[in-house]
Amino acid sequence: MLAPNLVSAWRYRHFIVSSIHTEFRARFVRSKLGGLWMIIHPIAQAAIFALVLAEVMAAKLPGMANNKFAYAIYLLSGMLAWSLFSEIVSRCLTVFIDNGNLLKKMRFPRINLPLIIAGSALINNLLLLLAVVIVFALLGHVPGSQFAWMPLLIALTMALGLGVGLLLGVFNVFVRDVGQVVPIMLQLGFWFTPIVYTPNVIPSYLRGVLQLNPMTTIVQSFQNVMLFDTAPNFAALGWIFLVTLLLLAASLALFRRASSEMVDAL
Amino acid sequence: MTTEALTIRDLGKAFRSYRSEWQRVLSWLGVSVKPANEHWVLHDVAFSVSAGEAIGIVGQNGAGKSTLLKLIAGTMRPTRGTIDVNGRIAAILELGMGFNPELTGRQNALHTGGLMGFDRRALKQIMPEIEAFADIGEYFDLPLRTYSSGMQVRVAFAVATAFRPEILIVDEALAVGDAAFQRKCFRRIEAFRAQGTTLLFVSHDTETVKKLCSRALFIKNGRLELFGPAKIVCDRYEQHLFGAQPSPQAASAADSAMARFDPSLTTPACELVYGSGKAQIDSCWIEDLEGRRINIVETGEPFVWRYDVRFNEPVENPVFAMMLKTREGIALYGVDARQLDLMPASYARGDLASVRFELSNCLAPGVYYLNCGVRLDHQNRVEFLSRRVDTALVRVVESAAPTVAIGLVDMEARLSVTVSSGDLVQQR
Repeated sequence: MLAPNLVSAWRYRHFIVSSIHTEFRARFVRSKLGGLWMIIHPIAQAAIFALVLAEVMAAKLPGMANNKFAYAIYLLSGMLAWSLFSEIVSRCLTVFIDNGNLLKKMRFPRINLPLIIAGSALINNLLLLLAVVIVFALLGHVPGSQFAWMPLLIALTMALGLGVGLLLGVFNVFVRDVGQVVPIMLQLGFWFTPIVYTPNVIPSYLRGVLQLNPMTTIVQSFQNVMLFDTAPNFAALGWIFLVTLLLLAASLALFRRASSEMVDAL
Repeated sequence: MTTEALTIRDLGKAFRSYRSEWQRVLSWLGVSVKPANEHWVLHDVAFSVSAGEAIGIVGQNGAGKSTLLKLIAGTMRPTRGTIDVNGRIAAILELGMGFNPELTGRQNALHTGGLMGFDRRALKQIMPEIEAFADIGEYFDLPLRTYSSGMQVRVAFAVATAFRPEILIVDEALAVGDAAFQRKCFRRIEAFRAQGTTLLFVSHDTETVKKLCSRALFIKNGRLELFGPAKIVCDRYEQHLFGAQPSPQAASAADSAMARFDPSLTTPACELVYGSGKAQIDSCWIEDLEGRRINIVETGEPFVWRYDVRFNEPVENPVFAMMLKTREGIALYGVDARQLDLMPASYARGDLASVRFELSNCLAPGVYYLNCGVRLDHQNRVEFLSRRVDTALVRVVESAAPTVAIGLVDMEARLSVTVSSGDLVQQR
C-alpha cells in the first residue's frame, strides 16, 4: 500500500523539492533580507522566550531551580514538537480543497501535496531547532549526548502529523465541517499536552487523560533530550510508533479509496 | 492490426450524493450503501481512436465534454467502463496551472514541468527550446506577475508541449493568446501529429474542428450523439445548436430554392433586439437576386439582406444600417445609408420602409451573422430607433471547386508563376 505511493513520490521528488523551494521563495521574495528572515524569525522567538521567561518573569522549573533558563528550554522544546505536528495537521486539513482546481485539471500523484507540506514544515522546524540551540548555547546551555535522538523524534512527529492530517484532509473534502472543528481540537490539544506546564501541576485525575494523548509522549521525549539530557521513554514511544503506523496505513487506505471521488466533490 | 491510441468502452460517470457524507465513507470501507441520488453526466460512451488521428469534440456547455476530457486525462475516475490509453497523455485543460506569480518564466517552466512529471534534467536540456517557443524575450527571466496574460499563455503552452505526448488533449485553451501565437501552437500540434500524436480537440468553433480534425464526436446530454467524419458531425451539431429539426436537403447544394433555405438557421436564440421604439423592424430575411428566400449561398454568389421598418412616429432622415459578423463577433462588413448616398427622406407615422441591401459575396465558407437597424444621428449621440443584432444567419457553402484555403474572405487570387531558367540567369 505504501510502495506505489513512495515510488510516485520518488519520481516527483524534484517537483516536491521545487514546490517547497517555491513556497519559501515566494514568502521572502520581495524583502531585502530575503532568506535571512527564515532564521531571524526563529532566533527572535527563541531569544524573546529566553529573556522574558528567565529574566523578566524569573519562571523556574520545579526541580531545576539552579538553571534559570530551564523553563524557557522546557517550553520551547514542547513548542518545537507541537508546532511541527500542528502545522502539518492544519495544512493537510485543507490541502486538497486549496488545490482543488489543480487536482481537477492536472494529473499527478496527489500524495505529493501532503509531502510538500511535511517538507516545508520540517524546514521551518529545523530552523527553529537551530535557533533554539544557538540561543541557548550562547546563554550557556549546550544540549547533551541524548540530543542525538532528535532526528528520530522529529521523524516520528512528522509521521504522526501526516497520519492525522491526511485522514482529516480527506474527510474535509466531503464533510467541510471537519475543517472548522479541527482548529478548535488543535487548540484544545495544545493545552492537553504538557507544553506550558509540567504534568505534576495538574489534578491527578487528569494525568491519565494526558497520557492518552500521543503528543504527550512525543513532547516529553523532546523535553528529555533537549533539557534533561535523558533518554526518551522508548517503551511509550514504541506504542506511539505502532499507533502512527496504523494511522498512516489507515489514512493511506482511505486516501486511495476516496481518491476516485475526491475530484467529484471539489 | 492497427494500434489504437485510445479505446473507450461503455464509459459512464455519475456524481453520487448520499443522505449523509459519512455514508460515503462507509461505502469506501466496503459497506454497501445505496446512494441517495446518482446524477449521470456521461453514459454509454464508447469509441476508439488510432494513433495520429485528430478528433474534434463538440457539444454545448454542460453536455459532458469537459467531464469526458477529465476522465481521459485521468484527473477524474470513471464510474463505469474503461479507458485504455496507449502512451503518455498531455492534457491542456487549462493553461498556466501550477504557475506561481513570484517565480520567473524559466523557474515556472521548470516547476510546472515537474508537476507534469517531466524529468528535471530533460527539462533543463530542453529549456532553450521552451524559451524560444514562448518568445517573450527578456521577460522569460522576470517574475510572472509582470507578464501580460498573453505572455503567460505563451510560457504555459511552451511547457505543456515541451515533449511530444502520444495523446494531446486541448480544451479551448488556445482560444486565448494572439492570432500569431495561435498559429504557432497549431503548427506544433500538426508537427506532433505528423510524428504520430493523437489529438483530442475541444472547441465551439466548428470551422476549426473541420479544418484540424478528420473525425469528430458530438456529445449531447451526456451521450455520444454522433461519431464520424468531422464535417458531418459539425453540421449536425450546428443544426442542433440553431434549434430546429434537421432538414436533409440543407446539406446538398441543389438548385431548388427549398435546398437553399435551411429552417434550422432561422431565428437564432442569440438574437438581441432593442431600440427607442420610434420605429420597429417587422421582419428581416435574406433572398437571392430573384427574390427567393434563402439562407444558404454558394461562395461568390451575391445575396440580398432585406428588412421592413415600420415607423411609429414621424422621423426625419433616419439612417438604415447593416452589419455582418463572424461567429466570434468579428465585424466583417458594416455599412449604412450615409455611405450609400441614399437621399434623405422623412417618414410619417405608420409608414413602412422596405430596405434592401444587395451584397456581393466574397465570404469564405462558414456561418455568418447579420445585423440590421435604423437610427437617428443627433448632434453628438446616436439614437437607435430599432436594432436587431445577430438576427439572421447565412451559411456560405463551397461552390463546385474550393476557392479559399483558409480564412474568412475570398480575395480571388489569380496565380501566375513565371519561370526563368537558372542557366539563363547565370549566362545573363
